[in-house]
Amino acid sequence: MKIVVCLKQVPATDSRIRISGDGRGVELSSVDWVVNPYDEFAMEEALRLKEKLGGEVHVVSIGGEKVEDAMRTALALGADGAIVLKDATYAEADALSVSRALAALVRRAEAEVVFCGKQAVDDDRMAVPAMLAELLDWPQVTVAVGFEASEDGAGARVQREIEGGREVVEVAFPAVIAAQKGLNEPRYASLKGIMAAKKKPIEVVTAADLALEAPGDAIEVLDVTAPPAKTGARMIEGDASEQVAELVRILHEEKKLV
Amino acid sequence: MAHAVLVFVEQRNGEIKKSSLEALGLGRTLASDLGGTVAAVIAGEGIAETAASLGAYGAAAVYVADDPVAALYSTEAYAAAVAGAAAKAEATLLILSATAMGKDLAPRLAARLGWSYLADATEAAMADGRLTAVRPRYAGRAIWKLAAVPEKVVLGLRPNSVAVPEKAEGEAAPIEAIDVSGVSPRARTIRVESEAQGEIDVAEADIVVSGGRGLKEAEGFSVIRELAGALGGAVGASRAVVDAGWIGHDHQVGQTGKTVSPSLYIAAGISGAIQHVAGMRTSKCIVAVNKDPEAPIFQVADYGIVGDLFEVLPKLTEAVHALKG
Repeated sequence: MKIVVCLKQVPATDSRIRISGDGRGVELSSVDWVVNPYDEFAMEEALRLKEKLGGEVHVVSIGGEKVEDAMRTALALGADGAIVLKDATYAEADALSVSRALAALVRRAEAEVVFCGKQAVDDDRMAVPAMLAELLDWPQVTVAVGFEASEDGAGARVQREIEGGREVVEVAFPAVIAAQKGLNEPRYASLKGIMAAKKKPIEVVTAADLALEAPGDAIEVLDVTAPPAKTGARMIEGDASEQVAELVRILHEEKKLV
Repeated sequence: MAHAVLVFVEQRNGEIKKSSLEALGLGRTLASDLGGTVAAVIAGEGIAETAASLGAYGAAAVYVADDPVAALYSTEAYAAAVAGAAAKAEATLLILSATAMGKDLAPRLAARLGWSYLADATEAAMADGRLTAVRPRYAGRAIWKLAAVPEKVVLGLRPNSVAVPEKAEGEAAPIEAIDVSGVSPRARTIRVESEAQGEIDVAEADIVVSGGRGLKEAEGFSVIRELAGALGGAVGASRAVVDAGWIGHDHQVGQTGKTVSPSLYIAAGISGAIQHVAGMRTSKCIVAVNKDPEAPIFQVADYGIVGDLFEVLPKLTEAVHALKG
């Protein structure tokens, strides 16, 4: 079975984010880049599927030089190959353009199952897995917290997190699965894996190789601002009884929330 | 008849999601800005009565996919229903609430229709004939104001961002059937497993009471649950206590958990790490209870109490019970 994992590099969640000078984006030149946390669950599930049914895991990504670190990490974990679309114009592309490029990479890798993280923690759109599935005309199961492939490799039973519970979904392959935290416990790369990764191939392709049109501009950024500065809480003084009495008064009389 | 705006209305077991009504309210406002009307689309099985009730919330027409294939949520069947309704309504704007269902369906529809997708907006308005939307990114540390360039747009609206419209009596909207019987989904929901009955999900609740490391141990959540129960709210948690196994991940608020914007958010024993704040900073009123006066949570809170949560919360629960009689 050919399995593909879509990986994205994102600023570490504790990075300092500054609004750029033109007010149309953020300054990312000094942030630390990490593999999107949800993609780690996707990667782990792909490796487990390969261990169960055999086959190969290939990772795909879009980006510049930095993506190679993420690819090497994935190869060290046990991926068999990697394809990178090297194209900086995708850095702030709309989700549909990104999905078109990923669809081309998935086709190139001849995947039967694709795992993604349920969302990237930089843009938080949660759009790509479903768009990718639609473009491939495959079914999707997003926000997966449980995954069990059938022994014959024809499909899987997937648990999907919803408000106050789970949907149990039976999906036929080929399919796109988007991983949520809790799906599994990602492994660490072994020293042997890290050494082996150095010899594994990373294929670099261009938009022209994939016959892709330039990313669209479906969304225009009007401005980017810092969130309204919070001035800090109004502290309620006194002993616990006095504090509670005052808080209840505020919530009941002033705010009418209780 | 053509409708400017189409709103997907989510139902489970015949019960309409509150956030879908919020989307319908926004849809009506935007439709009137566009000089048109708003229609609703709903999918399920045996939902005629549920569908008929939508006129009272401003829907000028209701498209209904009532079919066994749509009995439980199915991306493929529901996408077919909504895309079918969008074609019939000739709508240029499709709004879905950014719930588990809406976030699964909206991007699929945007790709199918070839419309732009504005995801997880906290505000949306028409400006100079274009749809503009506001959404936080990078865990709420930067606020993007966006405009859709083409005129056809799928908009995801974060729950609790706008008010539920007033219910008007006696208005019945015309019903039009959408046929999805020919859809043969490759992904089928075979059952829905519910958490503890009667628990409100944090992402949908109007009031959230969250606990963190200050609870000291899993049993500490009892004071959180009691206060949430008294307020009719949901129980939230910081990542630290979810990772420690004190409570399930579906209660986690923050960057790798859920994003919430309730009217009232009470954070007890939560220091206020950026990852947590990311998930709750758009709450309308934030109350923090922490024994450390220097805790960063007090920077984002509206009201702060420095004290022992095991003393403050039970008193608060008692006071709320007294207030509600």
